[in-house]
Amino acid sequence: MSTNTDATPYCEDVVKKFVLAATFWGVVGFLAGDFIAWQLAFPALNLDLEWTTFGRLRPVHTSAVIFAFGGNVLMATSLYTVQRTGRASLFGGEAFGSVIFWGFNTLIVAAALSYVLGFSQGQEYAEPEWLLDLWLTVVWVLYLIAFAGTIMKRREPHIYVANWFFFAMILTIAMLHLGNNLVVPSAIFGGSFMKSYNLFGGVQNAMTQWWYGHNAVGFFLTAGFLGIMYYFVPKRAERPVYSYRLSIVHFWALIFLYIWAGPHHLHYTALPDWAQTLGMTFSVMLWMPSWGGMINGLMTLSGAWDKLRTDPVMRFLVSSVAFYGMSTFEGPMMSIKAVNSLSHYTDWTIGHVHSGALGWVAFVSFGALYYLVPKLWGRKEVYSLKLVGLHFWIATIGIVLYITAMWISGIMQGLMWRAYDNLGFLQYSFIETVEAMHPYYVIRALGGVLFVLGSLVMVYNFYKTIKGDVAAEAAQPSTAAAR
Amino acid sequence: MSIFKHHAKLETNVFFLAVGILLSVIVGGLVEVVPLFTIESTIEKVDGVRPYSPLEQKGRDIYVREGCYLCHSQMVRPFKDEVERYGHYSLAAESKYDHPFQWGSKRTGPDLARVGGKYTNDWHVRHLINPRDVVPESVMPGYPHLKRELDYSTIDADMKALRVVGVPYTDEQIANAKKDLVEQATSDDASAAVAGRYPKARMGSADANPKVTELDAMVAYLQVLGTMVDFTTVKPEKIAR
Repeated sequence: MSTNTDATPYCEDVVKKFVLAATFWGVVGFLAGDFIAWQLAFPALNLDLEWTTFGRLRPVHTSAVIFAFGGNVLMATSLYTVQRTGRASLFGGEAFGSVIFWGFNTLIVAAALSYVLGFSQGQEYAEPEWLLDLWLTVVWVLYLIAFAGTIMKRREPHIYVANWFFFAMILTIAMLHLGNNLVVPSAIFGGSFMKSYNLFGGVQNAMTQWWYGHNAVGFFLTAGFLGIMYYFVPKRAERPVYSYRLSIVHFWALIFLYIWAGPHHLHYTALPDWAQTLGMTFSVMLWMPSWGGMINGLMTLSGAWDKLRTDPVMRFLVSSVAFYGMSTFEGPMMSIKAVNSLSHYTDWTIGHVHSGALGWVAFVSFGALYYLVPKLWGRKEVYSLKLVGLHFWIATIGIVLYITAMWISGIMQGLMWRAYDNLGFLQYSFIETVEAMHPYYVIRALGGVLFVLGSLVMVYNFYKTIKGDVAAEAAQPSTAAAR
Repeated sequence: MSIFKHHAKLETNVFFLAVGILLSVIVGGLVEVVPLFTIESTIEKVDGVRPYSPLEQKGRDIYVREGCYLCHSQMVRPFKDEVERYGHYSLAAESKYDHPFQWGSKRTGPDLARVGGKYTNDWHVRHLINPRDVVPESVMPGYPHLKRELDYSTIDADMKALRVVGVPYTDEQIANAKKDLVEQATSDDASAAVAGRYPKARMGSADANPKVTELDAMVAYLQVLGTMVDFTTVKPEKIAR
């Protein structure tokens, strides 16, 4: 607040709300994910009720973690960052921020309820029906106005790099959301208000869906969270961003290349070969700007690597960037058609997504949240850094169990599907490959339990921090003194 | 380098930055999506693919509602093992009336693109109610709630919406939608009007219930999947990849 020469102080109440909602939805989304993971290991857990089957709960999980947890984290961090880096208070003030907050969070509840009750557009990560899509459009435009309006109020000549990424995320998500949800509601002809048919069908629908689906990853889960990296890593490390030029090059390369990568979800399908080849080529090229971002994030720690040892919050942030580097290598590799012929339709894809989602998105979010909570509630530090360290290790072990189980089950299933016996017959029936997955589904679900437990440790830590408690350990000589 | 100096214009003006971002992100989508509508060979010219019958379309809506696509693909890839396991690789033409497409992205269960005709109606009914009755190792949820009566009060509205997005339903097909739906679900008569309007439609009730149930719709849809194109009459060069 000291550097803000704007007459009005920063709007931080709204950031607090987003932080609390992110924490809440994080736990809900992780729990939903772990529950459906157990369902795959023990199908009796579907309970034979229509509202609790895997098919209806899976969108609850994906929406809760991507849009509810991820979305609230992005709104919290972007609205915090854009005010601080521009030395301007939020455009529209607390009241406007509150409208965005409640608009977004009630939408999430409505969407989750609609899936459970059996309303779905039937496209992955774009399940909400058209009424909810319209609702999101309004909220998103308000968010855009608040964000861009704050940029315009700024007292710094330059727009800080983190804001480029947030801004690209907001604009591109708007484009993708509108493009992939062009539907004709049945209600126009007297049908249901919660049923519609996509304007595109078959192969064209497949392309627009994965143009959307892949860039929900590319912009929501990557560009937005790189914005978080660009503010919170340098802040926590107390070091400037490693390279300004690298950030320019990798920003424009990343947003230009990402859009092309969608067809790698459709290798060897009825999508024309030219489109598949384009998608593969750009996916492989995408490796470079992705690692540009990773290098820029990691090298920001130059001269501050000791913080990795002493500061568990820094450990979350740095590990997230390392996971980002790993999954943005794995992704281009899996987009190569020969590799994809084995990996596609298997758990390998699920493992890949989660190394990115848990390792990168969730870890960088945890790092940012651990940074924000004490700042926002006026505490020196979180209640207990030891508990942050505990969270880090529980969650890391959870991730390792998850992704190694999925590597094994995915590659094994892919190999079993294509295995032939000596007589030239397919060696395994499909159901034999399902049976073989069982132990790995159990291991994966156990990894999920650890990840959920870790997030509960974080909740406790936040509760105590907000309450104003300080654990005994914090009174010990701090990192600065140790140095 | 001068190029980095010019960048200052973008990072000091929110409008220039917005324009730069939008120009960057719009190219890839245009190049990959638009030609799919203009290049004629994108969808193969094969005979037999028809719009879904009203009962099949209701079944498809249930398939979408239950999120079946999250565990089952409908896309056989042109590999030896897939063709042997599931049948001829899928053509774009076969899903041209699918709004939304249901190609899927994961095979927790097997591909369903050509499941039509592989199992009996009775097998499907038992499998949907409790998969482990017929496949003990299955991890699929049971769907006993599909035993309930099918609500088809809006089927003509749905078909009109589908016609707007490009499914060539005729006025006659829409006018007879409810009659056709009931007839397909209750009559075994292969010469019924619905069978003429929708060739290869699987006639008759799937379950023991004389009323039209969600099971009837679901099974009618599953039984038509992948059966519309007669591959013995398709010239290979027309569908070569």
